[in-house]
Amino acid sequence: MSALAIRRRTKGSRLWDAGPLTRVALLGALVLSTFPIYWMLVIATRTNADAVDVPPPLLPSGNLGDNVSRLFATEDAHFFKGLFNSLIVASTVTVSVVALSTLAGFAFAKLRFRGSKVLLVTVLISMMVPLQQMGVVPLYIMMVRLGWTGQLQAVILPFLVNGFGVFLMRQYTLQAVPDELIEAARVDGASTLRIYWSVVLPALRPAMAVLGLFTFMQNWNEFMWPLIVLNPNNPTVQLSIHALNAAYQEDYTLLFTGTALSVVPLIVLFIAFGRQIIGGIMEGALKA
Amino acid sequence: MGLDVDTERPEPPVAAAAATAPPVQAGRPRGLLARLDRRTTPYLLISPYFLLFAVFGFFPLAYTLWVSLHDWELAGDKEFLGLQNYTRLLADEAFWNAVVNTVGMFVLATVPQLVIALALANALNRRIRFRLLFRMGVLLPLVTSVVAVAVVFSQLYGRDFGMVNWLLGLVGVDPVFWQGEKWSSWIAISSMVDWRWTGYNAIIYLAAMQAIPRDLYEAAAIDGASAWRQFWKITVPLLRPTIIFTAFISTIGGLTLFAEPVMFGGGRVAGGTLGQFQTVTMFIVDKAFRDFEYGFAAAAAWLLFLLILLGSMINFFFVSRIRGTR
Repeated sequence: MSALAIRRRTKGSRLWDAGPLTRVALLGALVLSTFPIYWMLVIATRTNADAVDVPPPLLPSGNLGDNVSRLFATEDAHFFKGLFNSLIVASTVTVSVVALSTLAGFAFAKLRFRGSKVLLVTVLISMMVPLQQMGVVPLYIMMVRLGWTGQLQAVILPFLVNGFGVFLMRQYTLQAVPDELIEAARVDGASTLRIYWSVVLPALRPAMAVLGLFTFMQNWNEFMWPLIVLNPNNPTVQLSIHALNAAYQEDYTLLFTGTALSVVPLIVLFIAFGRQIIGGIMEGALKA
Repeated sequence: MGLDVDTERPEPPVAAAAATAPPVQAGRPRGLLARLDRRTTPYLLISPYFLLFAVFGFFPLAYTLWVSLHDWELAGDKEFLGLQNYTRLLADEAFWNAVVNTVGMFVLATVPQLVIALALANALNRRIRFRLLFRMGVLLPLVTSVVAVAVVFSQLYGRDFGMVNWLLGLVGVDPVFWQGEKWSSWIAISSMVDWRWTGYNAIIYLAAMQAIPRDLYEAAAIDGASAWRQFWKITVPLLRPTIIFTAFISTIGGLTLFAEPVMFGGGRVAGGTLGQFQTVTMFIVDKAFRDFEYGFAAAAAWLLFLLILLGSMINFFFVSRIRGTR
């Protein structure tokens, strides 16, 4: 190997090492990103007197149990019901979005049919329109006519499909399922549904996991539409916090215990599946 | 560029899928049935999506236009007004106030967010220990719910006991009543948006950066280009499609801002005592579900859509100039 090649390589690799400034910047970003969540958890374990202390307390204490029981005893927040409702809503929507997205995504990626291009463009356009904000008035009128206001189906049905899921699954199917595999299955006499079930779905599992996690988080966090169409007696967890915030604005520990409990399930999911979620975002970014 | 990237991806594990492929079914009639299957099944597969989208997505969207042309009551009584709702809106100071607030917070939230995300992605792209920890750390805000973020930030921005005022006090700045003024409430709300989305955008940029061939940088380094110059002359131009994508996503998200300002204002859609941080989406909800002016709110929804189109176009104009500076 020539001297030049060696020098080039060492220079090239040094180029990619993080310098001291980069390290400091990254550490700063990490602290800024995590501090508000950490602060929320700290206050959830403290008393109200601590929460307004100067300088602010930065370490957890032993009051979490008290705060949690106070939270569940706060009747007008319906916190337990809110958690339970959110679990039902987010799970139902997630199952539906993942299932229906793989069906449509497979069709758009691998099947030939008349009008497929136009229909796919429709999906893409639907992703770019803020449907929820734009259609909020008719959607509400619809729910009133159906007699669904205040009921969970009102916050489930409008979210059962989304264009993003279909598009993501189409892109993933394109690269994860070779055409030859589908043709081979056809030659063997498999029907399209059979191919979907036995050939396509197994190959889509990683993408399904990522889409499922995203959909669950998104719907767990949904705020505007539930606020409009549900009532405080039958809330989702976000509405419980909204109610707490309105009634107990000075009771920081109660409020923060509520937000902490609403966020902890998501953080647990994130820590368990963080690698896949990051991979999913990065792959999605490349395809977009 | 996207296509190049696709071909470089590692092969997916098809072996497992092949193993589960259905066995040969001998003697099955293939002709008619198979043709019917090929013709109709695709539509069967996409129909659940399109049916649900038609009912809960497209129909409300189109119906908004119809509602916006009426004085519409919930009971179903309606009076055709033509474009009166629109002319009334365009003359409504509260609406324009909401537009100004929305655009102001959008700019305050989006520009720093994308610039910091670019810098952050560049830093994350370096070789460093605990790589996954850093990536997960900057993404953690995305996972927390908007409502929770807004509650925590509202406390941090509290007038009497908030940490921000305490920190400002250490350097001699008087306590700020963050909800009180336009500028201060815009900053507070924008900071919530920035906090939540910067890491997400950074991860997206990081993905695009990793797809840039490293030879380009090595060649530039040999030619004596500084890291700063490499960043502006190689990284940013090649990231253009990705920047357009993130700017586009941020435009929709930023111009439909709702949960953060609502929670910052104690859970109300009025956006402060004088509407100093009422956004257009809050205005729509306010008009529709507190004043029960459905037609008026529907007209505002269409104007919001126009605003988003305009925002996307302006965005595109600016971002497409990136290549021009090359």
